[in-house]
Amino acid sequence: MSEAMAMTEPATAPFLSVRDLEGWYDESHVLHGVDFDVNAGEVVTLLGRNGAGKTTTLRAIMGTLAKRRGSVRFNGRELIDLPPRAIARAGIAFCPEERGIFSSLSVEENLMLPPTVSQGGLSREDVLAMFPNLKERLSSQGTKLSGGEQQMLAIARILRTGAKFLLLDEPTEGLAPVIVQQIGRTLSELKSRGFTIVLVEQNFRFAASIADRHYVVEQGRVIDMIPNEELEANIGKLHAYLGV
Amino acid sequence: MFELLGIPPQALFGQLLLGLINGSFYALLSLGLAVIFGLLNIINFSHGAQYMMGAFVAWMLMTYAGINYWWALLLVPIIVGASGVVIERLMISRLYHLDHLYGLLLTFGLALIIQGLFRNRFGVSGLPYAIPAELTGAQNLGFMFLPNYRGWVVVASVVVCFGTWFAIERTRLGACLRAATENPTLVGAFGINVPRMITLTYGFGVGLAAFAGVLAAPIYSVNPNMGADLIIVVFAVVVIGGMGSILGAIVTGFGLGIVEGLTKVFYPEGSAVVIFVIMALVLLVKPAGLFGRTA
Repeated sequence: MSEAMAMTEPATAPFLSVRDLEGWYDESHVLHGVDFDVNAGEVVTLLGRNGAGKTTTLRAIMGTLAKRRGSVRFNGRELIDLPPRAIARAGIAFCPEERGIFSSLSVEENLMLPPTVSQGGLSREDVLAMFPNLKERLSSQGTKLSGGEQQMLAIARILRTGAKFLLLDEPTEGLAPVIVQQIGRTLSELKSRGFTIVLVEQNFRFAASIADRHYVVEQGRVIDMIPNEELEANIGKLHAYLGV
Repeated sequence: MFELLGIPPQALFGQLLLGLINGSFYALLSLGLAVIFGLLNIINFSHGAQYMMGAFVAWMLMTYAGINYWWALLLVPIIVGASGVVIERLMISRLYHLDHLYGLLLTFGLALIIQGLFRNRFGVSGLPYAIPAELTGAQNLGFMFLPNYRGWVVVASVVVCFGTWFAIERTRLGACLRAATENPTLVGAFGINVPRMITLTYGFGVGLAAFAGVLAAPIYSVNPNMGADLIIVVFAVVVIGGMGSILGAIVTGFGLGIVEGLTKVFYPEGSAVVIFVIMALVLLVKPAGLFGRTA
């Protein structure tokens, strides 16, 4: 793994650098020293079996995991001791696995809820052009949307904030193939607009269609890194990791 | 003069007005409790004591500083609300990781302490607070006399209740508040300062109680027990309306005030218990309350 990492190490410091990240749910030790880097403009996935610690890693980066230790450097700044709201203000936006659409808010209110953290976010019009389905449902209750529309809303609302670094937790989970394709196109467009994305994904075919590199997470550690162009050559190894 | 079911209209409208006045206080107080419960998830048992503090601070401003009713209406909610902010920061905020019962016990204890301090200093006989000169007198409505101050209480309560409803249900700040009620962790992860929002919400809820206290000062005597007497009924109103429901608190507050007034006309013996009978029935049929959302 260190060899592979060394080969892709860029000249400049990575956008996000996670070192020896440990995390706990109450007393249970879930992350045992996660290490990985994400460069600006990349799409990186965290792959792994259920319970490997992928979602927990995102929560530890975002600060919503109460007990965590190690180092999370973002844009040259150490985040490990900051509360979630300061991490959001530093420019990291989070889309949780359960999507987190608020039922007491309309679609419009859900969309406009996250505050602007820096200049250069997409405008309301840009976002609605990217997700035209939402435009007709703006006054509906947030949770009256279909699962796919809720997922789009969950992504759409963090694009307005100006954060250029997105943590997306399983955005395709439980969605119909046509919606998965639509989300894939959206993520590709976001990449071309300069967003950096860390994607937790079970569906590695989907991951392969948009990602630059894949980190394999097992038992609370990153155990391997596979560049996307070497994915085909490593497919046997990956199947073994994921147990498929 | 016509009669309705053998009841003279003066008596009927008189009791309806009294009911509406009581309802104004039920609505303001249960609204504050609902706002606090929604975001903090604690039942603020010191609410009655904070309402009483509102009346006393108005009396003190008038007696010691010559500050009139109208300024008191503005200043007292800020002063008493600020005391709520201090209480939330120093004490209540330490209990959020514990069972809700602890918040209830803490605020209940605070209520006893606050009432004890005021009883010790001012006694229980009650202090007079004059109706402001602009609102003395009454209007002859033809079928009854409406004292100006009582009319003002109803109008002020309706305006403040619906202003609060509007702020919570129809503004961006209110959207943040509703979102934080549902999922504070995620709202924090968007960069919103949820702890500060919780503190200010408690201060606002306490401020509403203090506003009700100022409104009450010229009608009821300013007395350390005035909150304790009222708050039991207000808790029943909150249970009937549905815990945490903003519109439920307002509508139920006014509605039950009127029901209580009508009971005084048609079956006076039942007027003291009618709200509790309704509470029992609502709990049996719709345990989440009339406007409560069942999860």
